[in-house]
Amino acid sequence: MFKYMPHTHADIDAMLKTIGVDSIEALFSDVPKSLTHHDLDIPSSLSELELLSHMEELSSMNTPLKAFIGAGAYDHYTPTVIRHLIERQEFLTAYTPYQPEISQGTLQYIFEFQSMMTQLTGMDVSNASMYDGATATAEAMFMACAVRRKNHVLISETVNPNVVEVVKTYAKYKGITVTMVAEKDGETDYKDMESKLSNDVASLIVQNPNVYGIVENYTGVKTRLNETKTMFVINQDPSTLSHLKTPASWGADIAVGDAQTLGVPLSYGGPYIGYMTTMNAFIRKMPGRICGVTKDSEGKRAFVLTLQAREQHIRREKANSNICSNQSLLALFVTIYLSIMGKKGLYEAQQQSFDAAHYMYEELLKLSHFEKAFDKPFFKEFTLTAKTDIHILQNALKAKGYLGPLALNRFDQKYDQRVTFAVTEKRTKKEIDEVIQILGAL
Amino acid sequence: MKVPKDLYYLETHEWVKVEDGFAYIGITDHAQHSLGEIVFIELPEENDTVTKGTEFAAIESVKAASDINAPVSGVIVMVNEDLEDSPELLNEDPYENWIIKVELEDESELSSLLSADEYIDACE
Amino acid sequence: MGYDKLIFDISQEGRKGYTLPHSEFSRKSLDDVYLRDDCPGLPEVSELDVVRHFTNVSFKNFGIEKGFYPLGSCTMKYNPKINQDIANMPGFSQIHPYQPLDTVQGILKIYDETQRMLSEISGLHTYSLNPYAGAHGELVGLMIIKAYHESRNDFNRTKIIVPDAAHGTNPASATVCGFQSVEVKSNRDGSVSVEDLKSVLGDDIAGIMLTNPNTLGMFEKDILEIAKLVHEAGGLLYYDGANLNPILGKVRPGDMGFDIMHINLHKTFSTPHGGGGPGSGPVGVTKALAPFLPQPVIRKVNDTYTIDDHVIDSLGQISHFYGNIGVAIKAYAYILSNGKEHLPEIAAFSVLNANYIKESLKDLYLLPVEGVCKHEFVFDGLKDKSTGVTTLDVAKRLLDYDVHPPTIYFPLLYKESLMIEPVETESKQTIDQFIAIMRTIAQEAKDTPELVKNAPYNTVVKRLDEALAARKPIVKYKDLE
Repeated sequence: MFKYMPHTHADIDAMLKTIGVDSIEALFSDVPKSLTHHDLDIPSSLSELELLSHMEELSSMNTPLKAFIGAGAYDHYTPTVIRHLIERQEFLTAYTPYQPEISQGTLQYIFEFQSMMTQLTGMDVSNASMYDGATATAEAMFMACAVRRKNHVLISETVNPNVVEVVKTYAKYKGITVTMVAEKDGETDYKDMESKLSNDVASLIVQNPNVYGIVENYTGVKTRLNETKTMFVINQDPSTLSHLKTPASWGADIAVGDAQTLGVPLSYGGPYIGYMTTMNAFIRKMPGRICGVTKDSEGKRAFVLTLQAREQHIRREKANSNICSNQSLLALFVTIYLSIMGKKGLYEAQQQSFDAAHYMYEELLKLSHFEKAFDKPFFKEFTLTAKTDIHILQNALKAKGYLGPLALNRFDQKYDQRVTFAVTEKRTKKEIDEVIQILGAL
Repeated sequence: MKVPKDLYYLETHEWVKVEDGFAYIGITDHAQHSLGEIVFIELPEENDTVTKGTEFAAIESVKAASDINAPVSGVIVMVNEDLEDSPELLNEDPYENWIIKVELEDESELSSLLSADEYIDACE
Repeated sequence: MGYDKLIFDISQEGRKGYTLPHSEFSRKSLDDVYLRDDCPGLPEVSELDVVRHFTNVSFKNFGIEKGFYPLGSCTMKYNPKINQDIANMPGFSQIHPYQPLDTVQGILKIYDETQRMLSEISGLHTYSLNPYAGAHGELVGLMIIKAYHESRNDFNRTKIIVPDAAHGTNPASATVCGFQSVEVKSNRDGSVSVEDLKSVLGDDIAGIMLTNPNTLGMFEKDILEIAKLVHEAGGLLYYDGANLNPILGKVRPGDMGFDIMHINLHKTFSTPHGGGGPGSGPVGVTKALAPFLPQPVIRKVNDTYTIDDHVIDSLGQISHFYGNIGVAIKAYAYILSNGKEHLPEIAAFSVLNANYIKESLKDLYLLPVEGVCKHEFVFDGLKDKSTGVTTLDVAKRLLDYDVHPPTIYFPLLYKESLMIEPVETESKQTIDQFIAIMRTIAQEAKDTPELVKNAPYNTVVKRLDEALAARKPIVKYKDLE
């Protein structure tokens, strides 16, 4: 007997009798004898006490460092109530809301999530979340290709290299051509885009703020893309939308990104939560789940998964996406985060991150180790050119419990000595000053 | 199941009615019944060309989505735009509510389509 | 009080639910051209407002801890609490994915050991934990199939065989991966028709996607012959791990001849479903296919764990970082809790429970396939069809008895499919209650069919008008105004 399996010997005997067999083994008589496996080579069962001490030991083999980097994972503060709420069994242990009568909880928070994501992005509709920002961007590419019935996309060199890699992987297997648009002074080079744009191009994919942390200016981009019926896809950190111009205002047809920045813990890269929003005209081409409002048989307002017949649910081999789940619990996480922070709190947390990042930027430039890489506006992440061996800088900070800077050449040698720093509202002036002091002493 | 005698049919549950060199195309009663409540139809545009046996529109119900195939080839001269806002018309009267009107390219294509009786047999 | 409002409805201008430190820095701003000129319409609520709101929202949900959840194909087993506590340990939750390797050896060790244990359990050589979900794993598995054939300069294999009874994601994944899917027919018991399979095999077939036990919960007896035929034709076998629970420690997909598989950690290995995610869909492959797995690859070199993101033959990157590590940690803890002694009991008891229910209800519900099932089975609705009571009605009536309904109208092989998977964590007493309820409903269908047809009565909302939602989509708060 084991704590997760309740049957007593008497239970088992009674059940076997009802079934009409002598032993549980008889229930496996249809498995060819040659296949029957004996004895798994894995450790013996651990008691709670043993398991906890084993896991604590493994946990202690990791050293949480105070992060001064981002590159797709940002150390924002998680208000304490979120954990308490998302660990309620009603949320945690429920399945996908296929039976709406007993899933109004999940459906309601998804509706609230969709409402908040459309408020942030300015777009018309949001799905109920995607795996992460990179796969959401790849799904946006599929969607644009399906809407425009074209098989070629452009993506800016200023998009995070890992996002580009994921997009390229998805494209390669689906048979979509991906062409890179060059970067110029840290931003998308629109002269280069001009030379690559044609009627065959389904979409342009850009990122804001971009891989360097630079806030890009998309004035005029949408008008140009309209001439070739090319969809405008913006991958945007949604937390910056407390301040920054929305994807909708820039004319985006699809806005995607990773909502990890809305309070989701770092967790060594996952689970995070991608988001996808679009305009009404494309709602039926959007992958993933969407929750809508309807009425029940007594006329009461109710929530339900809608537009289910689209895509793989029924069309199977004509699908534009194979997504059938979402990051529901993380959507709840983000919804609670945005409720707690609200209009003003999100703005304040982002403003503090912005101010701290700009302070640190100025202070770092006073050191001999760095010089400006660009002279462009940035938000909470920025890029410098290191004049000192980057490992020496990183190791000195690691020794004091700090993580940074990130060497962009870990992705590609072309970045050479460029390094990025990111600062959130969790980092204090004292910590920044200590980092400056440690580096200054080198 | 209603199957009007004066129409031609495809096994994939589309009908076509020919009048003055124009072909009116819709879905059959059997199709609307098996789809259930129709909630959306993705319509083509006027002047698009349709080809016999290939899809020209997609239809969506609460429980299914399927393509609608053209029984004949030709250029679309009119699209029933009422369906955009009221797709349920296809449930109410699938034969009154045609989906597209096509300028018939090749009348001989009709000869390979099913008659009402043949269509009834095909449904069984 | 009727706590039925949306969070936006209880918002009051000027109310706050957050606290932040006082700003220590001088305020700066970007040029206006970069800034939005409006304020996003987020709620303004107090902390108690938030806690009470979401607590009341939670009351409208049904979770495993509330009641029996025999949802077929979803393996709704108990999600141990200790796993959650472990995943929350700061040494796991507060780590940036780009921390130096020497500061993350514990996490990498878990990643590596989880891979190894999944290998041992499934009989496949190497795993990647990078895929985020079952469907993601399918896509990655198909990419591996493509990468494999292309590495041999075989560009002719453009088709994937999918049984007609397969999960809907299988053909969708094939399409997204640039394959055409070819259907093979099922026999009456849901098993693959070997004759039909032979007729489609050829040098254009890249592989086949199967579950075993199949969608009807029956073990695919011809699996060795199927594997032989597919391999002889030059194709690969993909195992959809959705139905892995009943064969844990009993029989391994690798031994059956499968080359690639995914595992749903949120099903078989008890990490919660979370209302639809986050899941985790590790993909395992034979030794020959290991070089094609997605990167980054985490591996042990001497006594140190490292990350390799420049693997020459890798199919590429399919996730921003290394997958849902926070989910994998829970699966790791679950495997260690059970250990080699109890993992096989999972299979044994899930199969025992399913057969017990099947035998106890088949006089009232139509059982299309007789014989021993594995972890689940399918009824084709009530036996007595004269009442007009459908599977949907039975499902809705179960809600009134505080039971989560089984999966309905899947597989598509029958008109009134009712797919029941009771899982190993449920006791005989719970199952007996379920059987009694199912018998009561069958009786109600006979005596008072209208009662069943109009169910549910005890839920917060009644049957919904799904057509209304789809015709005029209202998908955000602003649409309601």
